Amino acid sequence: MSVLPPDLDAARFAEALAEMRQAIGPDWVFASDEDLGPYRDSFSPVWDTQQERLASAAVAPADVAQVSSIVRIAGRFGIPLFPISTGKNFGYGGPSPNVHGSVIVDLKRMDKVLEVDEARAFALVEPGVSYFDLYRTIEERGLKLMIDCPDPGWGSPIGNSLERGIGYTMGAFRDHFGASCGMEVVLPDGEVMRTGMGALPGAKTWQEYRYGFGPDPAGLFAQGNFGIVTKMGFRLYPRPDHYRTALVTVPRRRDFVKLVEQCNILSDAMLCGEPVYASPLMALMGNPSFAALATKKGGASDAALDAAASEAGLPAWQVDLQFFGPEATTRANFAHARERILSAIPTATVIAGEDFPLPATKEQLANVAQPYRSSIRRHGALGVPSLGIWKIVREDGHLGFFPVLARSGEEVFRMQRVMGDALHEFDQLPSYFNAASAPLHWHPHAFQMVFAPPVKRADPAFNAMVDTAMRRAVEVAAEHGWGDYRAAPIYQDAVSDTYSFNNHALRRFHETLKDAIDPAGIIAPGRGGIWPQRFRKR
Amino acid sequence: MRTISPLLLAATGLALATLASALPAQGSPPAQEEVARGKAVFARHCAACHGRGPGDDGSPKLPGTAALAARYQGSLPGALEEREDLDTETILYFVRHGSGPMPMFRKTEVSDADVGAISAYLSASAASTKN
Ligand SMILES: Cc1cc2nc3c(=O)[nH]c(=O)nc-3n(C[C@H](O)[C@H](O)[C@H](O)COP(=O)(O)OP(=O)(O)OC[C@H]3O[C@@H](n4cnc5c(N)ncnc54)[C@H](O)[C@@H]3O)c2cc1C
Repeated sequence: MSVLPPDLDAARFAEALAEMRQAIGPDWVFASDEDLGPYRDSFSPVWDTQQERLASAAVAPADVAQVSSIVRIAGRFGIPLFPISTGKNFGYGGPSPNVHGSVIVDLKRMDKVLEVDEARAFALVEPGVSYFDLYRTIEERGLKLMIDCPDPGWGSPIGNSLERGIGYTMGAFRDHFGASCGMEVVLPDGEVMRTGMGALPGAKTWQEYRYGFGPDPAGLFAQGNFGIVTKMGFRLYPRPDHYRTALVTVPRRRDFVKLVEQCNILSDAMLCGEPVYASPLMALMGNPSFAALATKKGGASDAALDAAASEAGLPAWQVDLQFFGPEATTRANFAHARERILSAIPTATVIAGEDFPLPATKEQLANVAQPYRSSIRRHGALGVPSLGIWKIVREDGHLGFFPVLARSGEEVFRMQRVMGDALHEFDQLPSYFNAASAPLHWHPHAFQMVFAPPVKRADPAFNAMVDTAMRRAVEVAAEHGWGDYRAAPIYQDAVSDTYSFNNHALRRFHETLKDAIDPAGIIAPGRGGIWPQRFRKR
Repeated sequence: MRTISPLLLAATGLALATLASALPAQGSPPAQEEVARGKAVFARHCAACHGRGPGDDGSPKLPGTAALAARYQGSLPGALEEREDLDTETILYFVRHGSGPMPMFRKTEVSDADVGAISAYLSASAASTKN
């Protein structure tokens, strides 16, 4: 108990912990340094520095009533709480809080899959349910349903969606918060509220009609700090009969503009799953003269890049396409996509990939039979949770900055250039924005690009450089109308500052709500850049 | 407080001492149920990274197994289920402290007793692999 909550002395904190032990049982209140070690952010760039935000204790309630009790006790003592579901938010702060000395409310013990309805395609889960758990439940029950999961399967539908995390199947399901339907929340005074149809006693449509009547506050709980979510519903994809892939390549750099336009139409018309873009020219980045061209300040000319591509015998861009549905529909959608793309870009090449009935066999899941070099990660694409993605984690983890941009080739080129120039001086980092950097079509209606610099725990100078680069990236992106979609607690104020229209009207609105709903400022103060009055004064 | 690591180490030592007293005396084989429980815990919390199967999308190994294989360069197996040298204390240390890309695990995910069961399972599986 060497960290204390803000404004509380050791004696009062001991009193609060005693009450919490009384409420949830002594085994589930953790206050020793040993037990709190795993509540630190193992990817932290500020590990062991004054900036690191440590918990003063962690509590693990078993049910909603215990969550309410904890919230009421915290309210009386003015202790900031920081709820986590599975606490795997790596790259975005892990399980660590916004305010040093917060008590973590670890909801892992609330791990029941409360309902899965095959005929109506939804699930209702508790926060401790991981994607692995939900998948296993569906498999064990033999239900013809598909989940949409992030790459790492150990996170939770609730934690991930409250971060507005994403997955890799059809657009409507990839946006995990967008695919949620109905939640139960413990409010800052300990009261339990249900949103949407959950507010109507006896309604059977809580997971089917998210709005109910009147304003829908569900959005306040994603990247917000207005309550602790204890149940949440999710729409599921009726498992399609068949899966089919194809690869489209285009020879010239500017062909990308038309390629994106066509894929947007296919995607918005729900004719394909996630279009996965890449530039085959990335393979040339190990060649110093190509790397110099691709990272040239002010951007390389299209002609120079096209010359490099043709010299290497590579197309400028490619997109992996994926089709889900009945076998005949996937075939027809592929034929339609080919025709559409070839009539817009006659020089494109369209190659048929694999196709097979779902669920995939082990061999199909292994993804070793594509007749071309594919960028698809098969587990995610088919909603099968895995941890295979951890192979990309180097050093002691990384940070994530994924700015949102419009789905247009021109805008991708602009971001490559602007962000590439802005981060040019950070030459110890890999180049994230260069002429071969591709956009991610994770969110159904927007692109994002990647900046994910590594963290080295034993090298504070490197981490300080990474921290400077992160802040520079946030600032420069915002100057060009690009905002981060999600950030670690140490960067949330910087990101929130950029969403500043009309003198920060949005943040002022959130803070007015915060003061009304959580006057003691106990639920995750600072999350989403929203500070309660008590902390704003500092 | 900011120099948390030595404190943690000391505290972990205490916990290990407590845990060790709860385990069967050295040399006596772990009970079957403990091995079975350990297998289930390993499958749920460890195998997705440290299992023996191939990794995703053409990777020959799962990430944790690949990382350990690279670290030991053949002097020890990369797959934990083939390691004979992992006692409860060692596993508990890595579970609670992580290592490089591997984060720490909390007691709400894997209890100290679960780690004991994992250890029993790994000894049994290493022995059967050897046989
Ligand atoms: C290699 C790698 C790949 C990744 N790939 C993806 C990916 O494909 N897609 C993706 O989205 N992310 C990805 N991530 C980021 C992250 O690991 C996942 O988003 C993960 O699912 C988040 O952790 P979690 O689900 O355990 O959520 P938690 O850590 O439990 O929750 C996240 C945050 O939400 C809030 N919160 C959680 N539960 C509650 C609650 N009950 N009430 C109120 N607030 C709550 C808290 O502020 C908490 O910090 C990746 C990370 C890495 C390192």
